[in-house]
Amino acid sequence: MGRFFLSVLRRDLTIAARRRGDWLTALFFFVMVSSLFPLGVGPDPELLKLIGPGVLWVAATLASLLSLSRLFEDDHRDGSLEQMVLSPAPVVLLVLGKTLAHWMIYGIPLLLITPVLGMQFNLSADAIGVLVFSLLLGTPILSLLGATGAALTLGLRGGGVLLTLLVLPLYTPALIFGAGAVAGVMAGTGAEAQLSLLGAFFLVSFIVAPWIAAASLGVSLE
Amino acid sequence: MEWASWSEFWNMGGRGFFVWSAYGVTAVCVVAELMWLRHAARQSQRRLARMQEWDKSPEQVGS
Amino acid sequence: MNLYHYASPPNFYKLAGTLVPWAAWSAAILGVCGLYIGFFVAPTDFQQGEAYRIIFIHVPSAWMGMLIYLVMAFWGAIGLAFNARLPFMLMRALAPTGAVLTAVALWTGAVWGKPMWGTWWVWDARLTSTLILLFLYMGTLALWSAIEDTKRSDRAGALLTLIGVVNVPIIMFSVVWWNTLHQGSSIGVTHAPKMAATMMQAVLLMTASAWLYAIAVVLARVRRIIVERERKTEWVQKLLTAEA
Repeated sequence: MGRFFLSVLRRDLTIAARRRGDWLTALFFFVMVSSLFPLGVGPDPELLKLIGPGVLWVAATLASLLSLSRLFEDDHRDGSLEQMVLSPAPVVLLVLGKTLAHWMIYGIPLLLITPVLGMQFNLSADAIGVLVFSLLLGTPILSLLGATGAALTLGLRGGGVLLTLLVLPLYTPALIFGAGAVAGVMAGTGAEAQLSLLGAFFLVSFIVAPWIAAASLGVSLE
Repeated sequence: MEWASWSEFWNMGGRGFFVWSAYGVTAVCVVAELMWLRHAARQSQRRLARMQEWDKSPEQVGS
Repeated sequence: MNLYHYASPPNFYKLAGTLVPWAAWSAAILGVCGLYIGFFVAPTDFQQGEAYRIIFIHVPSAWMGMLIYLVMAFWGAIGLAFNARLPFMLMRALAPTGAVLTAVALWTGAVWGKPMWGTWWVWDARLTSTLILLFLYMGTLALWSAIEDTKRSDRAGALLTLIGVVNVPIIMFSVVWWNTLHQGSSIGVTHAPKMAATMMQAVLLMTASAWLYAIAVVLARVRRIIVERERKTEWVQKLLTAEA
């Protein structure tokens, strides 16, 4: 079982390594969308500091969502997804392997570039630290919820937009706690409460989402 | 609650616009839902009746 | 009474047929009573004046919007567990009514906000969670309309509603938290006035009325869905020729 999980993970990572365009595009999307906001609201540093955490959280969310509809699609199109689902290994492991791969490919680059964007928004080092940590918890949540959405919308026309529609409401607690954590640090009230709540949300997602995603794959492939 | 007059009732202490637009929109939604139900039922009935006819006389379809 | 008797579509169809008019009339009568008490018996509120009377539709529709989502999830779960058709049909019949009532709750809540706080929209906890609930409904409806195959559509929607239901308490908690942090608890459109007994009576009557209305509308809708989906069966064929 562990081998199955690792082979799924390794496969997705290898494919992503060969298609650098995919994750680089998502990364550029993150950077560009974040940079649009100062253009939209003006360069006042205090204002940017206020909206920074929220903007970066939303931009990271959208950048990750972009790539989620493809999570199962490529494998679905060439038939390998069905093969993997039909194999005796539990589908949950397939989902977990792919979700982890997605996070590693799309989540980690976002985390690495966030400090740079944080400076664009005039955030302090403390705030940037908490921001990265909150996104460290938030991006896997998004990958988990997104995998469920991707499984439900597999092969549908308008899948990408529909997926976003389905996942965003479910994701709002992460956004609230995550951006709130950074705001708490900036206001001096601390981020512990928000981060623990975010951590709890991560645990709940980790426990619930893969099973529902696995069931959804079964439903979508029948 | 004793309303001094009907016009006071409609006025709702100056908040008439808000109270009545709230109730108004609700009434519109309820009526719309009921009308939509009836419309869908009629449509469905017609479609099913048509399909029954096709089942009865398959030679006439598409010829 | 053997409940499994009604698990068969034709029996349920008949049962629903007898329940619909009863529920509809009860809803109408309770509604009239509730509105009468609300407008002609309940006094003016000390703090909010007359605008508080919006509560008589805002609270019932908000509760029903939430309740219907839970019931949808329930029937979706039953359908998935027992692989039965009727629970899914009930689930789909519930969604439009739930969405409409949630939209009504949103509108009435916002309209209540304007005289109270001076703005047409207020990001208070209750309104924001209602908005997210509406998004959840819309997502489910969008998913259903995107999937053509009935079986996949039913089950996908059921799964989505299940994950939504698990998430709803988390969402509400997070929104309450967010609201108190940012705006302080002074802004809360739906801080109901200290309810005089008559106000409470009216709210309860209106809630019962909304609930019965929902039952009537959902049962009427599910009857149509049953007929459409079971059209190939003998009992529906007989029904249709009888009606023709």
